[in-house]
Amino acid sequence: MSLRKFISNKTIAALAVILTAFANTSAFAQAAAAETAKKPIDMGPIYKSVIFYTMAFLLVCLFVAIIGKALKVYELTREAQDKPKGIDWNKVNGVLFALFLIVGLYGVYWEYTVHGNMILPEAASEHGKKIDQMFNITLILTTIVFIITHILLFAFAYFYKYTNKRKAYYYPHNNTIERIWTIVPAFVLTILVLMGFLTWRSIFYKIEDPNNKPISIEITSSQFAWAIRYAGADGVVGTKNYKLITSVNALGIDFRDKNTLDDQSADEMVIPVNKPVRLILTSKDVIHSFFMPHFRVQLNTVPGMTSYFEFTPTITTEEMKAKTNDPTFKYLFLCNKICGDGHYKMQKEVKVVSMAEYEAWVKEQPAYLTDDLKKEFNIPVTPATTTVVADTTAKDSSAVKTKQLALKN
Amino acid sequence: MSTISLHDTHNHDNHDDHGHHKETFLTKYVFSQDHKMIAKQFLITGIIMAVIAMGLSILFRLQLAWPDKDFPILETFLGKWAEGGRIKPDFYLALVTIHGTIMVFFVLTAGLSGTFSNLLIPLQIGARDMASPFLNMLSYWFFFTACVIMMGSFFIQTGPASAGWTVYPPLSALPTAISGSGLGMTLWLISMVLFVASSLMGGINYVSTILNMRTKGMDLWKMPLTIWAFFLTAILGILSFPVLVAGVVLLIFDRSFGTSFYLSDIVMGTQILPNEGGSPILWQHLFWFLGHPEVYIVIMPAMGLSSEIMSVNARKPIFGYHAMIYSLIGITILSFIVWGHHMFVTGMNPLLGGVFMITTLIIAVPSAVKTFNWLATLWRGNIRFTPAMLFAIGMVSFFISGGLTGIFLGNASLDINLHDTYFVIAHFHLVMGSAAIFGMLAGVYHYFPKMFGRMMSSKLGYLHFWITFACAYLVFFPLHFLGLDGVPRRYYAFTEFEFMQKWVTVNILVTWSAIIAALAQVAFLFNFFYSIFKGKVASQNPWQANTLEWTTPVERLHGNWPGEIPTVYRWPYDYSKPGAEADFIPQTVPFSQTMSSNMPHDFEGNSESERIQREWEEENPSVDASK
Repeated sequence: MSLRKFISNKTIAALAVILTAFANTSAFAQAAAAETAKKPIDMGPIYKSVIFYTMAFLLVCLFVAIIGKALKVYELTREAQDKPKGIDWNKVNGVLFALFLIVGLYGVYWEYTVHGNMILPEAASEHGKKIDQMFNITLILTTIVFIITHILLFAFAYFYKYTNKRKAYYYPHNNTIERIWTIVPAFVLTILVLMGFLTWRSIFYKIEDPNNKPISIEITSSQFAWAIRYAGADGVVGTKNYKLITSVNALGIDFRDKNTLDDQSADEMVIPVNKPVRLILTSKDVIHSFFMPHFRVQLNTVPGMTSYFEFTPTITTEEMKAKTNDPTFKYLFLCNKICGDGHYKMQKEVKVVSMAEYEAWVKEQPAYLTDDLKKEFNIPVTPATTTVVADTTAKDSSAVKTKQLALKN
Repeated sequence: MSTISLHDTHNHDNHDDHGHHKETFLTKYVFSQDHKMIAKQFLITGIIMAVIAMGLSILFRLQLAWPDKDFPILETFLGKWAEGGRIKPDFYLALVTIHGTIMVFFVLTAGLSGTFSNLLIPLQIGARDMASPFLNMLSYWFFFTACVIMMGSFFIQTGPASAGWTVYPPLSALPTAISGSGLGMTLWLISMVLFVASSLMGGINYVSTILNMRTKGMDLWKMPLTIWAFFLTAILGILSFPVLVAGVVLLIFDRSFGTSFYLSDIVMGTQILPNEGGSPILWQHLFWFLGHPEVYIVIMPAMGLSSEIMSVNARKPIFGYHAMIYSLIGITILSFIVWGHHMFVTGMNPLLGGVFMITTLIIAVPSAVKTFNWLATLWRGNIRFTPAMLFAIGMVSFFISGGLTGIFLGNASLDINLHDTYFVIAHFHLVMGSAAIFGMLAGVYHYFPKMFGRMMSSKLGYLHFWITFACAYLVFFPLHFLGLDGVPRRYYAFTEFEFMQKWVTVNILVTWSAIIAALAQVAFLFNFFYSIFKGKVASQNPWQANTLEWTTPVERLHGNWPGEIPTVYRWPYDYSKPGAEADFIPQTVPFSQTMSSNMPHDFEGNSESERIQREWEEENPSVDASK
């Protein structure tokens, strides 16, 4: 490979072409900028920086080519002098693998300790603790396998690099060894599967405790906002129908259903600690994913399908602030399924508080049923039967409504 | 079938006068029906698509690393997609979508399987060409058209498809949901149908060639692992790709003819759509029924190539040849019943989640067996570090690293918090992205002399390997931790969330590593194209390998062998066999010529051969003792 010829002719020619091209474009750009004064960006320095990076790269290429040429010359002279081959590339690569192993192992240690410290804090929910425990077991097992196999792989590469003094060991098969390394992974995986299966069942098949009924909260996702609906005094989230959606009734709540009359809307999710929460997840337009990383809760919200997730928060926001040593700590939920341009900013805050604080807060939340909606559903504007909450906060509720509409737009 | 036999005899009889063929430029290089030329067409198209997809990834990595910075140069190239030098959110999504689609389908399926199945199947089983060379040519041209249409979507008003490479409806079905779901999505779907047609034509060809056209003596258990891998890959493709077409056709119906296969109860803003009774989950089932086998379609050829290359360069038989094949078969079968692990948190019945978790973790067993067998192959070998060997070892490393994180994601309970986060990105970029690419590059370096009759520069190969290997780890290893912090994938910027802002510095490291890795590919591209014309002329068997392709002349004839197709007598992995003179015994050497190195199990219980061998050993006791 005659690299030198290449460098001397083609590289220089290519460099010249690139230089002229860039010089021309930047000249044109400057001329254009002079003509139209409103051109906001001066492209001159930008092209210069592009040229700088291109030149830097070409310089690196040149450097590599020179080294390549030098190596070639060196090897040719060795050959001409009938000396053994100059560089033993098998040795070089074998040593590089050994180095890669050492540096890599340190890198893994560094990653585990530095980046590993930046990950989510401990799970703030009951089932999350089980998930974390299983995660740790899996992490320990896989890390052991990861380290051992890599030590073997790179050490073999180093120790068994080519030499003409030795012949490889003809060892085509050994059924006992095959059996061992089929059965051992199978056994370990069986344990992991069983644990995973039992945890999975405990998360999705909950036996309801009549003394500790969950709080129902309905989440509706749309592009690119979340709507939260609390069940109100009756503890039941009323029915809704997408066909009833209007600009006033953004969720399409069917107010002919009595259960809906006391439903409340909220701008953030506030939940009491140690009390089960049953999430009712729905979507208005495309698939989104309701993701609460701190609670190890995730489920997609699918249009046309309602899904449920029940969990029990165990750590209040204040406690978590203390645990993470971060006074700005916030729980939140976010969208984790590609849903359009605004996917990257769909979020809402979650607050875990004491039962007393929750009860005080939930009373303050406005009812969904506003005066406008009452007209729409032919409900008397000041009915005697509606809950206290709805009456006292009728004014607030319209304010929230407009805010939500604003979010939609 | 008549055409096959006609073609075969035709070549057979006229092997030394090809004059009457009158090959024009068009029939030789463009509409070629020669499997070696088609392989090269697939390879070069694959390389071009890979460079494009890599470029797209650099663009969105720039956005992730410097979300607040302007790059006015981008506006020069991208125009309205990067107004003011900033990539727009919808174009960002288009970038990730097309990057994924190109890499998975056009590079790692067509570029990998298409290239090496076409090149190696006839050469390694001893056939003059594919069962149907015409279908083979069509397969390439369908693929090429699919590529052109996919790239064409960059030049339309509404931009390319941008609903993610999995194109989940309703996002992909409703043009009002995202601009890429307009014409761009239609082009995506058309391109995909053409692609599947191409891959089916290829697959049927591969299977029928392997089953019907093996040379004398080449029984299934004497085939190299590459052929086994291509064979099982082709079967996987034939059985799973049509399901994608079914899904795609239904999506086309939903998009263009108002049906409701995937759509139901949808309100865009306040506009209530008339669709009722469909389910978006149906698409996910159909898509992943292909989608999961697809990742094995991607990785199995890489496994086969790496197995072959590691055996050749460790100068050692592959450890556990039968176990390697059984594990490939196991992976093939199991890969059909694990697709649900992509859907643990879709709201699918949790009972299904439990079942899919069990099948998913079972598939780790054959994968583990393969890994251990590779390690055992290296043990006490005499390893020649050709660039191909480096890439094969790199492939094993990535396969281990990425495979182990699969144990987390296959566990439904753990997947709740890891699903669709950067942990997934890190996982599949290592196990099917990097590992498969490394398998492909290993194949390119190893079989370059067979394709072009020349050698690639090994020193540039070393440079290429070490930079790419180190940078790939620098890119993907830190991403695991973003995932563990709950950072979702496909986020345009991390600026909207406080807890993500600490990861922006990591993103800068990742982006710089990606840029360096991308620049390292220049070493490969230069090496590849320069060596086609100016590389050192290769010898007939430059790697001292046993398989049949190295018995063909360097000149690469139409019909492969100038004379009769050689007969095969032994398995392809007799390297460093005790008692043999050279450290390799090609498959074409009969046992009668290697009496000093024959072993009892070579004869597979043939008593006549065993008797002859015994007699010979009695006559030559000295040789026997030295064994």
